[in-house]
Amino acid sequence: MGELFARLRAAYGAGPRHLLVLLLCFVVTGWVALRVAGEATAGRMLLWFVGAVILHDLVLFPLYALLDRGLRAAVGVPARPSPSDAPSGDAGRAAARLALLNHVRVPALGAALLFLVYLPGVLGWGADTYRAATGQERTPLLGRWLVLSGALFLLSAVLWVIRWVRWRTVRGSREPAERG
Amino acid sequence: MAPGRWVGKPPVMRQTRPPGPTVGHDDQEIDHPIEEEARVPASDPSAGERTGPAGDHGSPRALWQALDRHRPPGADAVTTGWRSPLRGPRLTSFYGLVLLVTLPLVIVTGLLDYAAYSPQFGQAFPFDVGWLRLPPFDWPTRPAWLFQLTQGLHVGLGIVIVPVVLAKLWSVVPKLFDWPPARSVAQVLERLSLLLLVGGILFQIATGLLNTQYAYVFGFDFYTAHYFGAWVFTAALVVHVVLKLPRLVTALRSRPPGAELGTPRAATRPEPPDPDGLVPVRPGPPTVSRRGAVALVGGGSLLLAALTVGQHVDGPLRRTAWLLPRGQDPGDGPNGFQINRSAAAAGIRPADTGPGWRLTLRGGGRTVTLDRAGLLAMAQHTARLPIACVEGWSTTQTWTGVRLRDLAALAGVPDPAAAHVESLERAGLFRQATLQANQVRDPDSLLALRVNGADLSADHGFPARVIVPALPGVHCTKWVASIEFRADG
Repeated sequence: MGELFARLRAAYGAGPRHLLVLLLCFVVTGWVALRVAGEATAGRMLLWFVGAVILHDLVLFPLYALLDRGLRAAVGVPARPSPSDAPSGDAGRAAARLALLNHVRVPALGAALLFLVYLPGVLGWGADTYRAATGQERTPLLGRWLVLSGALFLLSAVLWVIRWVRWRTVRGSREPAERG
Repeated sequence: MAPGRWVGKPPVMRQTRPPGPTVGHDDQEIDHPIEEEARVPASDPSAGERTGPAGDHGSPRALWQALDRHRPPGADAVTTGWRSPLRGPRLTSFYGLVLLVTLPLVIVTGLLDYAAYSPQFGQAFPFDVGWLRLPPFDWPTRPAWLFQLTQGLHVGLGIVIVPVVLAKLWSVVPKLFDWPPARSVAQVLERLSLLLLVGGILFQIATGLLNTQYAYVFGFDFYTAHYFGAWVFTAALVVHVVLKLPRLVTALRSRPPGAELGTPRAATRPEPPDPDGLVPVRPGPPTVSRRGAVALVGGGSLLLAALTVGQHVDGPLRRTAWLLPRGQDPGDGPNGFQINRSAAAAGIRPADTGPGWRLTLRGGGRTVTLDRAGLLAMAQHTARLPIACVEGWSTTQTWTGVRLRDLAALAGVPDPAAAHVESLERAGLFRQATLQANQVRDPDSLLALRVNGADLSADHGFPARVIVPALPGVHCTKWVASIEFRADG
């Protein structure tokens, strides 16, 4: 038995438990695929299933990673470790830049999250279904999303100013020992 | 755990990086002693099993080794391009743990919602699901808020975990661009299951979010897609948990719980290189601490929770669901609460519900017809009951009408096994519903004529509608035309 498992491991690349759970998974998926294949809209379902992965992994992720790198470049927080451009004694300023970066990042992520989750409402999609279901007219909630996003940015800006003022006071009184 | 396993014991790699790398200090030199050695053979992927001196390639070895050697242009740049020092098994495992606790709840409440539609009568969608369902049971009528709870948890938790899912995917995204993509058949199959896992969760989130907001832009049947999508996802999740749970436990045990909570940004260090290659080869300085990243994700979840929970609250707080359809003002007065299908959309004409309306009761070979005055002359019962919808909202109102069991007795079936209710509505998936015995017999199960002390409005089902404790909203048939009480199932 042990030798059998060893041969399986050498050929297959993992143990029997690995093979077993994966087979179980593919049996369920295969059954679902056969059952759904009869639907006229099966192709669209597959498209949405695979499309969701492509959209997240190859569009959304690169997009927000790029935006973040752009933001870092604009604020002056390098992504790669480069000791040369960090002259000593400038730690306070670097910390302030870092704080600025995060005070933009957090509300931006919040606004993006709200947009993503409440997208249909924000853009006013599905007006007919909405009317049939609720008996009310659908008004796009874009304004509300803008207000919420603006509030997030405002709150973050206020907090940043408070922190900045505090730093200056502390640095003024305890120069140059203080470090971010 | 078998000896020779990787899990929790990658000491070879640990030694390659000195403790406390110097990233994060602007005035110190940053060195990378880990370059080549740290390109950890992102070895067996999964259960983390080491294959011994023969190398970690499966059969046919020549093929996998050739794939390994032929790195496409840019593969090295990608491998060394990951910067975030936060990425690593500990952060991934923390998000994984949160999902490990919440996802089963979302899955089980989803299956319970399906059971609440009484699939035994062929009225749960999709209809033909084979073995892929919970064992059959009669959906209870108590507690009356049971369906409100299960569907509220399903939709609410499903929305609230979106940031956690996105963060988890962010934490493992380097794996997607790994080269070689596989070293054995086992890894190929596991990668396929990951496609099902990631595709599954994103598909479920996308279709679910669109459904709660009435945007059927996908052009396929929501019930079919969401139900079967859930099974594909669940199967892939089981695989992932079975194969990765040991990793999760090891990673979370590698530091005392709470140690990360006490670590500010400046003291945040990359984790030791891991066999999965989540830890970047050339990490940049941290811009947030791990606790900061987790707080950010948690904050996102709280924000979504705050903007979602209002869908279940009556009164002024309902408006806190500011970006959701069921947070809108439903109007004033006794009938000023959410409707699920307007009379206009259902094609109900005023003539159908006027003085000429009759309720037909059938059962035991007898047919009884009643007009609204006749129903109002019967014993009236008042109950405060929630009405809840799979789209993730609910409202609790005070309903008055005739007990269904009194109507059953009137029809000559005092002990019905089921009741089939039909609406005046001519088309539509939910123009009829079959009620279980316990749902007909419950003392609070009503053919409601009034709500909050006033006659039902046209949109709420005038002249009469069904209301049953813990029954999904769409099965509380509106504009009732007939009820057939069945003595045997």
